[in-house]
Amino acid sequence: MLADKDRIFTNVYGFQDWRLAAARMRGDWDDTKALMLKGQDPIIDEMKASGLRGRGGAGFPTGTKWSFMPKEPKPGKPNFLVINADESEPGSCKDREIIRHDPHKLIEGALIAGYAMRARAAYIYIRGEYIREAETLFAAVAEAYDAGLIGRNACGSGYDFDVFVHRGAGAYICGEETAMLESLEGKKGQPRLKPPFPAGAGLYGCPTTVNNVESIAVGPTILRRGAGWFASFGAENNRGTKLFQISGHVNKPCVVEEAMSIPFRQLIDEHCGGIRGGWDNLLAVIPGGSSVPLVPAKDIMDAPMDFDGLRAVGSGLGTAAVIVMDKSTDIVRAISRISYFYKHESCGQCTPCREGTGWMWRVMERLREGHADVEEIDMLQEVTKQVEGHTICALGDAAAWPIQGLIRHFRPEIERRIAARKGGEAPLAVAAE
Amino acid sequence: MADAVHIPDEAETRARWGDFAWTPENAEQARVILARYPKGREQSAVMPLLDLAQRQVGADTQTQGWLPVPVIEFVASQVGVPYMRVYEVVTFYTMYNMAPVGRFHVQVCGTTPCMLRGSDDVLAACKNKGLVKGKTTPDGLFTLTEVECLGACANAPMVQINDDNFEDLTYDSTIAILEALAEGRTPKPGPQIDRQVSAPEGGPTTLKEMVSENHDYRGAW
Repeated sequence: MLADKDRIFTNVYGFQDWRLAAARMRGDWDDTKALMLKGQDPIIDEMKASGLRGRGGAGFPTGTKWSFMPKEPKPGKPNFLVINADESEPGSCKDREIIRHDPHKLIEGALIAGYAMRARAAYIYIRGEYIREAETLFAAVAEAYDAGLIGRNACGSGYDFDVFVHRGAGAYICGEETAMLESLEGKKGQPRLKPPFPAGAGLYGCPTTVNNVESIAVGPTILRRGAGWFASFGAENNRGTKLFQISGHVNKPCVVEEAMSIPFRQLIDEHCGGIRGGWDNLLAVIPGGSSVPLVPAKDIMDAPMDFDGLRAVGSGLGTAAVIVMDKSTDIVRAISRISYFYKHESCGQCTPCREGTGWMWRVMERLREGHADVEEIDMLQEVTKQVEGHTICALGDAAAWPIQGLIRHFRPEIERRIAARKGGEAPLAVAAE
Repeated sequence: MADAVHIPDEAETRARWGDFAWTPENAEQARVILARYPKGREQSAVMPLLDLAQRQVGADTQTQGWLPVPVIEFVASQVGVPYMRVYEVVTFYTMYNMAPVGRFHVQVCGTTPCMLRGSDDVLAACKNKGLVKGKTTPDGLFTLTEVECLGACANAPMVQINDDNFEDLTYDSTIAILEALAEGRTPKPGPQIDRQVSAPEGGPTTLKEMVSENHDYRGAW
């Protein structure tokens, strides 16, 4: 088990106060000026050396992302840092804990990251439903301004840096980086075509980097303890510590910080009191939030929980939102409910996704009841392939993958339901309504 | 999975809300909001101003609030963009209510992590207390909506009622919350079982020093 001294988010459960005075006693804002005096490029180099990969799902190396920003912003085109706190992926609930219990780690991280990428200001885009969490964040930012930690001459470093909080209003798609920029500009959150990439033309047409809350909040601790410390956890190419969020059929669901690459079985046994009904009762796991394919019990049990380990079992780490399903689960309904989620959250911009998500959900509902023909399983598979990769953003892919995972691993169960209803009651022609 | 809401008649709405303007406190708050964005980028303030307006309507009507057309027009005038640019934002985001809601907007999360932990029981409790999805109860107290993941999955199942989350629910605790609200009491938000936020039930497996004191782990680095 990861030693407590090596945990970054020491107040993750909010037993202690989130306010500045208490955060300082835990080590936040401890001579931040000295961290900044390391220099902008050395900070980026240190982040690269730490092996930190973005914690929002895609796992892109954070230091490398920062290095894409212009080193000398043009007049009238300042650099911006946008922090993605639009945590809406089903299963994910880590940024919430950071924001409501350790907000100063995030604000200090914003200053360090913003300074390293020569940004003028950071916008923290927090999902609208995090109402109390946003109240805490607004108050924490105000405290940091009052203490001179951000704003003009932040931390006495001579660098001017503002942090603003922007609340969303309920749209999963705004977690996509360019949709988030649209939303920040006061528009519908519909993703932009890339290129241009945000590092070239992002918020207000200015160079912008969008990072996840966790990626930003771990920055100051990495700089204080050194890249070597952070890189001492996890397997090669999957370094560091990570907030895991375990939900579903475990005895004690929780959020916990652990070393990357921890085996699934160890994670569940040490922190969640095991699988409900014991390990023999495990059916499948969605290891990285709703967008990644499910993994059947036998493959996941001893898999390392990291980017590469989960890719090896046909899934992904995503946000490390681990959704556990035991044998009491109606697996087709569980995935169908995810299909409904994507139907609800499709922004409506690209036809394959707007039409496809609804179509896929309706067919999933019929498969759930066995009210279909066996050929329709193949047809559904075919449609997921037509949605995947044919949309501006990855929501189409995210809607397709859970269904593909279900068909790959649980096709016999779907066929069993069709056989039980003797199939054929609904002709193919009405599948699309 | 609610049915489409019934948007009130526009003439009635205009008669009631045609002279909408900020209260003095909200006018100050609107200035604070606009100051967050660069000059010439006032459109960025559309979302926070809509939220502010919805809350003001809510305070006026003793409900969670909604956005009548004249109020949307008012917000558009505040940021200097056409009405349609603001209206499309209202339609796009789920938290803007396009029709009146009740005193308490009961938003039950029904997405898979909550479903696995028993959101069906939460919805059954709502149903048995007379709440119907997409509808407001005749006494105007409760509006029930099934919503998508609200990001409290380690504390599933959960419901958000106005500004507060109620987590780790069962059929019985949901009933208790609804009854408390109906009787004018204020139920305790957060987990409804003996549990500190998202720590494992029965106490944390890590960082145990933090339970009783603001422990500084740097000494052990």
